[in-house]
Amino acid sequence: MPASDEHPDTQWVGEAAGAIVRPYVLTRGRTEPTRGRFDLITLAVAVGPAHAGAGGLDPECQAIVRFCRRPQSVAEIAAHINLPAGTVRVLLSDLLDQGLIATQEPHSETDMHDEKLYKAVLDGLRAL
Amino acid sequence: MDSVRSDRDAGRVTLPKAIKILVAGGFGAGKTTLVGSVSEIEPLRTEETLTHQGIGIDDLSGVEGKKTTTVAMDFGRITIGDDYRLYLFGTPGQERFWFLWDELALGALGAVVLADTRRLADCFPSLDYFERRETPFIVAVNCFDGARRYDLDEVRLGLTLHEDIPVVMCDARRRESGKEVLITLVEHAMRMRLGPAPSSR
Repeated sequence: MPASDEHPDTQWVGEAAGAIVRPYVLTRGRTEPTRGRFDLITLAVAVGPAHAGAGGLDPECQAIVRFCRRPQSVAEIAAHINLPAGTVRVLLSDLLDQGLIATQEPHSETDMHDEKLYKAVLDGLRAL
Repeated sequence: MDSVRSDRDAGRVTLPKAIKILVAGGFGAGKTTLVGSVSEIEPLRTEETLTHQGIGIDDLSGVEGKKTTTVAMDFGRITIGDDYRLYLFGTPGQERFWFLWDELALGALGAVVLADTRRLADCFPSLDYFERRETPFIVAVNCFDGARRYDLDEVRLGLTLHEDIPVVMCDARRRESGKEVLITLVEHAMRMRLGPAPSSR
């Protein structure tokens, strides 16, 4: 865990406090992830031994790790734990720093010239 | 998953690649309906808090120069085998959220602009935006009950669309129709980015 990471506000983040704690309190005032772009469709999955390291986490981070046992997008995580996407990005970057999740960035615009991608998507759509 | 290393190399774990498609159009044009008809999950809603000119990241002195706006988006998902996941985002219809589109449009495969013939002009901002940004898009005319039927050429003329841009009729409530819309878009995006279809097709 980075030395700058303190958790002085953990006690503010109870279930009952959820409604009154503004999202940026969860991120200790930060509005940007420590690294990475975290597009709405960046996928995250929990890695490492199950349940490991979850003890010291905020409830929201624990919820993210649990939800990400299967790969989930930033947008899905935000919808599932009912927080703005911007807040989720910051929490995800913390989890990434702690080695508790792995992420997959989406295709960049330059990757959009891959014929295989279009063929696979077309086949998939036709099979729906 | 046990073999996945939980350090920074964990990014090597094989995850599907996510692809996004935008569904734009005026208010009430059927964006969320279209997303819902093809999505494998109930459309979800997420709130995106947008910060413009967010340069000084942890620096509170930069706060005054920042402007944040929160917008809601509806989205759905289509899993394409093990390798790809398609996410469909219904974008806010109001032009004042153009800066959100920028964030959303980044890396998008393409966009469906839903047109409602009762309020054709409502989709003009979306068309302008995607044309300017050179994001591949198609126009899907949502056929609402009771709306006057236009023929597609009339719509094309009304929207002053380039002849290469597909215009299709759809019923956003029907899955089959939504599927056809998406297929038309993906084929169009493929042509735009890779050139005409190879002879093998």
